[in-house]
Amino acid sequence: MVRCFLIHTVCPVSALSAGESRVLYSRVFGPDDGVLSERHRELSPEERRLLQKEKVAAVARQVRSAVSLSRESSGRLIVETMPGEENLALQDADCGVVRLRAGDPFSEETSALWLGVQSLGFTLVCEPHENLLLAEGTLRNLTRHCLEHLHMLGQGSEVLLKSNRIDVLLSRLLPHGQLLFLNHRFAQSLEKEVAAYMAK
Amino acid sequence: MYSHASESLIKQAREIQESELQKFYSRLMKMLQGKELGHDTVDSLQRLHLILSATKYTRTLPLELQKRFVALLSSPAEQHQVLSAAVLRETLPLTGQELNYNHQLNSHAAGLLLSQAVSRGDLSSLCTQLLRNLESRPSEGPTHSLMHTLPVLNSVLTHSPECLSEDQMTLVSKKLVDWLRYASVMQGVGTSSGGFFTGPRSRQPVPIAELDGSVSGDFFTVLCVGQGFTEDQWMNVYSFSMLRHWLLTYHSSCSTTVDAANRLQLSLSLSHSHSFSNDDRSEVDGSVVSMVSATSSSSRLLPPKERLREKAFQYCQRLIEQSDRKAHKKTDTELQKACLVEAVCILDCVCVEDASLVYRTFPCIKALFGRLSSELSYARVLLPIAQFYLNHGEIAAVDCENVWKVVFGRFPTELFNDPFLAHELLRFLRLNLESIELRVPQYTRYFPNLLKFLAWDSPAMVDDFVDLLPSMVTTGTAVELLHTLLDLPCLSATLVLQHRSTCLPISEPVGRSFVSLDAFRNPSFRGLFLFLLRTEAGSGDTMDRLSTLHELLVEAADWPRVTQCARTVPVLLHVFFNTIVTIADEKLLAHLILVLLERSSLLLNIPAYIKEIHRVFSCHLLRLCKLHPSLVVNQSHELLEFAGSTANVYSKEELYTHVVWVLGEYLSVSCDSRCSVSLITSCFEALEAVLFEITSSAPPTGMVCPAPKVINTLMSALAKLASRSHDLIPRVSLFLSKLRTVTRSGSVAWCSDEEDLVAIVTRGEELWSLLKAPGVAQSVLTPPPHVIAPQWHRDTNVALPLQLRALTSLTHSQ
Repeated sequence: MVRCFLIHTVCPVSALSAGESRVLYSRVFGPDDGVLSERHRELSPEERRLLQKEKVAAVARQVRSAVSLSRESSGRLIVETMPGEENLALQDADCGVVRLRAGDPFSEETSALWLGVQSLGFTLVCEPHENLLLAEGTLRNLTRHCLEHLHMLGQGSEVLLKSNRIDVLLSRLLPHGQLLFLNHRFAQSLEKEVAAYMAK
Repeated sequence: MYSHASESLIKQAREIQESELQKFYSRLMKMLQGKELGHDTVDSLQRLHLILSATKYTRTLPLELQKRFVALLSSPAEQHQVLSAAVLRETLPLTGQELNYNHQLNSHAAGLLLSQAVSRGDLSSLCTQLLRNLESRPSEGPTHSLMHTLPVLNSVLTHSPECLSEDQMTLVSKKLVDWLRYASVMQGVGTSSGGFFTGPRSRQPVPIAELDGSVSGDFFTVLCVGQGFTEDQWMNVYSFSMLRHWLLTYHSSCSTTVDAANRLQLSLSLSHSHSFSNDDRSEVDGSVVSMVSATSSSSRLLPPKERLREKAFQYCQRLIEQSDRKAHKKTDTELQKACLVEAVCILDCVCVEDASLVYRTFPCIKALFGRLSSELSYARVLLPIAQFYLNHGEIAAVDCENVWKVVFGRFPTELFNDPFLAHELLRFLRLNLESIELRVPQYTRYFPNLLKFLAWDSPAMVDDFVDLLPSMVTTGTAVELLHTLLDLPCLSATLVLQHRSTCLPISEPVGRSFVSLDAFRNPSFRGLFLFLLRTEAGSGDTMDRLSTLHELLVEAADWPRVTQCARTVPVLLHVFFNTIVTIADEKLLAHLILVLLERSSLLLNIPAYIKEIHRVFSCHLLRLCKLHPSLVVNQSHELLEFAGSTANVYSKEELYTHVVWVLGEYLSVSCDSRCSVSLITSCFEALEAVLFEITSSAPPTGMVCPAPKVINTLMSALAKLASRSHDLIPRVSLFLSKLRTVTRSGSVAWCSDEEDLVAIVTRGEELWSLLKAPGVAQSVLTPPPHVIAPQWHRDTNVALPLQLRALTSLTHSQ
């Protein structure tokens, strides 16, 4: 199962300090991590929500760090692409996976797969024993759709103002965090539904 | 991509004033009164979501508004469901808020319930409701209305497997069997039917097809295609997607660490046909049943759990066959790979549960290995295959040598730069370490190859290597491993050169890195690089021409990959030394000390690197000598050689200080009876000479003055040695008095700071006073162990105060 999906910055943001990352979209799947474990029984719902937000922010920070180190070592220059060149942007994207140890921040060890498309990172946090090949394909697919449907290569803020589109996208391609084995025909069918929703 | 506009939107959302927010709430309330939501309303709802989610502190909605959202959650329009679920996720659930359980939950509502569950009871009720819907199955309703059932169920299982009762588990098992094995083999109605084909002919049912276009000859799987899909074919996809997780959760003992003894006993009882031991009756009986079912096709005799296992087995075998077909689309080829991984993992799981299936499965896995072992693009599929061999190879008495040659010998060599493979391979090692150490003893010889992953992408891999390195430390390869660790930055540079060399043609100029790339391609230096790139240990501890190598790679010192790698080496050295002290004997430790001394001047010249390594060396030299003081006498020759060289004071100050310290501390008869007077004297003389030299002239050009610590340590060492051989005391006194005279005249060339000089002189005077009472000097300078180790109540002098204190605190009233 996928624990969460995030879209966050991997470039320096003026309002934040060097290693911080601004989370633009986050969706955590399933019941809250701490609810069923002994540790966080006494927390109020407010505190639990706060804890969850902090965990998401922690993941974003770690991925941001991994992305900048990876870009530094590969020495590749980030090329800005124009809207319409989504496939090129995706091809040029760097990718990797970060091991998140147990407790940091989720109670179990998880793997955070990331795709760095210019100044933004798309991250999928997977539980152990997850099929990472499938996860990688799903992440790429999700990223492509986000870039296209939310015009993310431009200067707009649709990722913030039209987040319900991402919700619908996730509900089809990654329902409740479930990775799906979709061949091209199944995928087409789901993508048509998504496109129909977006057209409204 | 990320603009100022977005940044300011977030800022606005966070800083919205309470009054403005309340106005917004009332405006929203009015907008939501109508049945339909116009574009403005949708935009406003999105803004509300942004306001709520932009801050980590929770905002509370007015009660009426929140209730309206709850009602909206059950609206037939999906947009309403999505928006209300998104908003409600960001607020706190109302106490007593209950979604109406009586009708069907849509996917978004179910997701909300899942995220707001606070107890196992909540999750259980959710499961019960979902399964009830599944069973009742209204004939009308949209096709996808029940698609979310399995994902939600799977999500609940992840956190709380006990939420399902036995009956519910049986129900789900039965459904899974139906969907996996008995889904329709005819294509569903296409959603986009071409305008032409509307005649009666097109309404004939068409069978499903394989990914290469041919007509499918067997049951439906995720690798089958059609113009459209029926509901049970969709459920086939969802079922397979959660199958592994279901099996791992509910089919017991389905983990990679299985009791080896049990399984061995089982395999023995199976191989001696039908001679069952009384102890393992139940296990063996169960496997006998499965063997029967394998031969007879009437698996309906099996209970639901076993039936699911059998169907899962068949499904995976079919997937493996289907993956051999050449798919038309690239995404489908990638899916085939993912299916192979999943299929092998499920087969592994199923075989762990029922060992008799191993005999049916192994031929298929072996064939798959044969087909894929030479294809680097299928490397990630080979890892689950390796896991299978590791778990079941012994039972099936199969030779796994080739598998490990590929996994340890080939993958790191060719695919060190694939981050996903690296992650998965290292995770495989971590999770199966015990088993690998037992069954694959040659694993420890492959560390030069495995370290390539680290050398290429240190930040991502260092965590894994901190966990794995202890398993790679053996007494046989320790010295070679130490050298390899110290040369990791060189390996990193070499991999970069190798990568560049393959990417760029020979004739093209490469800009900055002429020298090293030329050297890499130069036949006379080939041997050096080949040694670094070796796959196995055992061909030598290190190379002869290390200094040549370092010269060739001098420009690599500022390559980012190399500097990142250099930063991880100290950490790994600590892990190495922490492990080696637990398994090495004195002989090996002595050898390691020699390596330390030798390599302290043979390191790639990266600015902070050399200093850090020296610091690590110093720390562990100290530790080793503390654990085995006789090492100092043993290696006195080399240690003295090091300590007697004045150049070392300036170039390796930290390490030098520690070498001098251990000499002073442990070169004594009480540490090793072989310590002779002449040894002490020669050590004394060597140190004395250095001390004289550094305190009589300015440091050589380009060097800084030695830190007071060095001089103090030298003086203390001399004093300690003298306290053991009293003939040397006059010489110490002579030096110290000279020191006092020299410094009285003011500043000196070898010490830049006034205060430091004072500290040095003071120390000198203390030592001089001590040495005036030779008998006492020895005990003060090198106290015997029983003085420094606290004895508490065992020491009669200390015991009494402790007892009194305890009694007082007991008898005191407050």
